[in-house]
Amino acid sequence: MVLDNLSLEVKKGEVVVIVGPSGCGKSTLLRCINGLEPIQSGSIETDGQAGMVFQSYELFPHLSVLKNMMLAPLKVQKREKKEVKKEAMELLKRVGLEEKADSYPQQLSGGQKQRVAIVRALILHPEILLFDEVTAALDPEMVREVLDVVLDLARQKRTMLVVTHEMQFARAVADRIVFIDEGKIIEEASSEEFFEHPKTDRAKRFLNVFRY
Amino acid sequence: MPDLGLDVLLKGNNFFRLLEGLLAAVKISMVSIALSIPFGVLLGITMTGKNILVRFLTKLYLEFIRIMPQLVLLFLVFFGSTRSLGWNLEGETAAVIVFVLWGTAEMGDLVRSALTSIPKHQYESSRALGLAKRQTYFYIILPQTLRRLLPLSINLVTRMVKTTSLVLMIGVVEVLKAGQQMIEANRMNSPNAAFGIYLVIFILYFLVCWPVSMAARRLEKKWG
Repeated sequence: MVLDNLSLEVKKGEVVVIVGPSGCGKSTLLRCINGLEPIQSGSIETDGQAGMVFQSYELFPHLSVLKNMMLAPLKVQKREKKEVKKEAMELLKRVGLEEKADSYPQQLSGGQKQRVAIVRALILHPEILLFDEVTAALDPEMVREVLDVVLDLARQKRTMLVVTHEMQFARAVADRIVFIDEGKIIEEASSEEFFEHPKTDRAKRFLNVFRY
Repeated sequence: MPDLGLDVLLKGNNFFRLLEGLLAAVKISMVSIALSIPFGVLLGITMTGKNILVRFLTKLYLEFIRIMPQLVLLFLVFFGSTRSLGWNLEGETAAVIVFVLWGTAEMGDLVRSALTSIPKHQYESSRALGLAKRQTYFYIILPQTLRRLLPLSINLVTRMVKTTSLVLMIGVVEVLKAGQQMIEANRMNSPNAAFGIYLVIFILYFLVCWPVSMAARRLEKKWG
């Protein structure tokens, strides 16, 4: 069993960051919420669609940036092409990639791909955004440009559930931190409280790894 | 300029006969390719299935066809069917049967490998965007599969065109056979004809296969 007796509620406009050692079930949790992983028991309730951004971007290599973004709004949500294109261009502009609209994924850097993946999820107007270690596959110098986008979304009061290994970033972006180990929630606290005064030994040990 | 014996080509309707032979070869390969592609796609999809018995049988078929030299397959179908089944197959028919068996096996394996080479994450991110299963196949998986398939299947097409030169062994007068007949007939008066005629045959094969390769390369660039 990967996740065990785990209960988590995310309020509208809240940014919850999930941290924990590798293999603790963080990513599985996101995949369950999004229906990519079956659950044996329990329930998941969301007010609407969840948008997901993966560690390895997973853009569609045969489609241009713009078409990557427009596919789901057109084919799933059956929205009007003109309106979708306009919104796609606005979103690209917001992440500084409007010139890349007609580029193909292999022509972009990792950071650029991940920013496209984020706006590709955003254009569907999801109720909640799920970020699965979105910087883990990036070169260090590209991490910043992606995290800035996520931080910007947090400021706009988007509901987000973020799995990350970047502790500085977790601290900056989170309203609440959820520390998971071995599929269980070990500690749950506000960002500041968790990083300054962790209550459990396991959380203390975990945080120590990140201090030099 | 050395004597290539090209004058043989101008005798009677010799050049026309050569072209006729080429047409026979092209016809066999085109019919075989046209049948191999749909059968191969079906085989390839079958091979990605979960049923172990089906996977074993298709794999056995593929390996059998691969290991057998095409010439042996031709003899087996052409002579074997007459001896054991009493069929009296035309050379062309036997050739098409063998080429379809072979083309289907090779095409099936190409389709299988192209399908399985699409990363699992492509399915997942498509699902995460809310696309239904059929939409995922249609918009995401199939276009990528086709792109991977194209260069490999063009390679198969040119291989099939070239391999038609074997069918002269079962009595089909294709381009190589027609050329051999001319060389034999003119052995005395134009002993160098072998050189000239095989050169012309070389050029004819090239003219058939080259445009196919070019078209494939152009598509590959466009899709790359």
